[in-house]
Amino acid sequence: MDFVSILSIFVLACFVGYYVVWSVTPALHTPLMAVTNAISSVIVVGALVASAASGSPIGKWLGLGAVVLASVNIFGGFAVTERMLAMYKKKDRK
Amino acid sequence: MEGHSVSPWVAVAYLIAGVCFILALRGLSSPATSRRGNRYGMLGMGIAVVTTLVTHQIASLPEILVAIAIGGAIGFVIARRIKMTDMPQLVAAFHSLVGLAAVLVAAAAFLNPEAFGILGANGNILPVSRVEMALGVAIGAITFSGSVIAFAKLNGNMSGAPILLPGRHVINLGTLAAILVLTALFAHSGAAGPGENPLFWVIVGLAFAIGFLLIIPIGGADMPVVVSMLNSYSGWAAAAMGFTLHNTAMIVTGALVGSSGAILSYIMCRAMNRSFLSVIAGGFGADAGAASGGEAKEQRPWKRGSAEDAAFLMKEAESVIIIPGYGMAVAQAQHVLREMADQLKKHGVGVKYAIHPVAGRMPGHMNVLLAEANVPYDEVFELEDINGEFAQCDVAFIIGANDVVNPAARTDKTSPIYGMPVFDVEKAKTIFFVKRSMGGQGYAGVDNDVFYMDQTMMLLADAKKMVEDINKALAE
Repeated sequence: MDFVSILSIFVLACFVGYYVVWSVTPALHTPLMAVTNAISSVIVVGALVASAASGSPIGKWLGLGAVVLASVNIFGGFAVTERMLAMYKKKDRK
Repeated sequence: MEGHSVSPWVAVAYLIAGVCFILALRGLSSPATSRRGNRYGMLGMGIAVVTTLVTHQIASLPEILVAIAIGGAIGFVIARRIKMTDMPQLVAAFHSLVGLAAVLVAAAAFLNPEAFGILGANGNILPVSRVEMALGVAIGAITFSGSVIAFAKLNGNMSGAPILLPGRHVINLGTLAAILVLTALFAHSGAAGPGENPLFWVIVGLAFAIGFLLIIPIGGADMPVVVSMLNSYSGWAAAAMGFTLHNTAMIVTGALVGSSGAILSYIMCRAMNRSFLSVIAGGFGADAGAASGGEAKEQRPWKRGSAEDAAFLMKEAESVIIIPGYGMAVAQAQHVLREMADQLKKHGVGVKYAIHPVAGRMPGHMNVLLAEANVPYDEVFELEDINGEFAQCDVAFIIGANDVVNPAARTDKTSPIYGMPVFDVEKAKTIFFVKRSMGGQGYAGVDNDVFYMDQTMMLLADAKKMVEDINKALAE
């Protein structure tokens, strides 16, 4: 992919983000932050590439360190979001 | 150039992961669809990780699995144990991890560019990749050190008071400019082999410093904006690494998270009527605190109420609007408050909760705290949706809030909170104001006319104790 096509994806995704985030109900802004935190750990992809590569031992260890950090975030972020969302209940109409 | 010349199926897999992340945020438009959204997020992450693992010749799979297991276990335990009042610290801590991970990944790419497919034919790292890498590492480092400071301030390891260095604007702008200039030099330099150019490490060091310097002058009251802003940065860091790796999932996610944090910062600023720049410039809280400490306060008459008064009047009321603030959460009064609402409902009273956007320590924090106390989310209303109802409501019950009900925000142009949207509580027939004492004031350190109104009764006690007493009186 050349730089311009990547940039196009990025710019369009910013617009998608803008409209999707404005449609999030304010009551769920804390779960929104927790889940965006979890998904921004998709940086784990870069960490895996670094850990998988041979050629630079330091690079590999940096990558493994990044895998640990990103995993804390992925598991922690999704789990805490799930925990919060499970608490939101409607009025039970008996 | 293994990282770039991937099969189209791999690119499609990353694209699907990106779409899952969009659906994850989309699900949050309503509590009813939110959990499905979260599952989409997990699915997207699973697709991204598995795709990466199967498309690279993994020499070190056992180590990687151990790393994931260690990180995952730590994250899972923290997520299960964390108290909901501590969510802002947790989110700040998680941001710092994303930032540090971005720094590590960028450093690995710098040392081993071949693995990332960014090595040119002449054995140098491609110039455009050098720019992306330098920006990615800078944003990551700023996110890391800024989040560490935000965490320390929120967690009480560090005073929430702004720390103002002399000439800080010059230092900050100078450092930012230096990072940009060094990035340009780094891109144009002839020394461009793997790990060759020491300018990279200078950029990392300066970025760590600027993250620290940017956040220390910002006071505790502005932390919701800071946490949202760092949320945004963590997204831009992921996007920059996505550019380096030419990875659609990372670019889409980075753009989503970046916009999300930016929008939340904007919402928080609007709710406090502060401009984003004035928050970043810092110092809020220091001036106001000094001003109110100096001037002698005039004595104005106010009425003290008792738990019995509150119980009696609320029982007879048709509608009660509860306005909780962070003080309620500090006193851990949310559960007894919900019991009070349950008792009132048994007496046929309509109960609603009114939430100001800055009621907690981060966007939407108060909603989570009420949800934890089993308050149904359809009884909880946002500022603009409920403000018209105070004129028809019998009782406004203010607990642990202060600035968000201060009419000075509408009337007094000299007030530090002037222009902030506030609840029109003074239109209610009766106001109960639960407060620990008459002395303490809100974050902005300003007096509140509501205390002295004819229809106001001050309920001076610890919030939890007071609500428990009201519950006892209601039960009789």
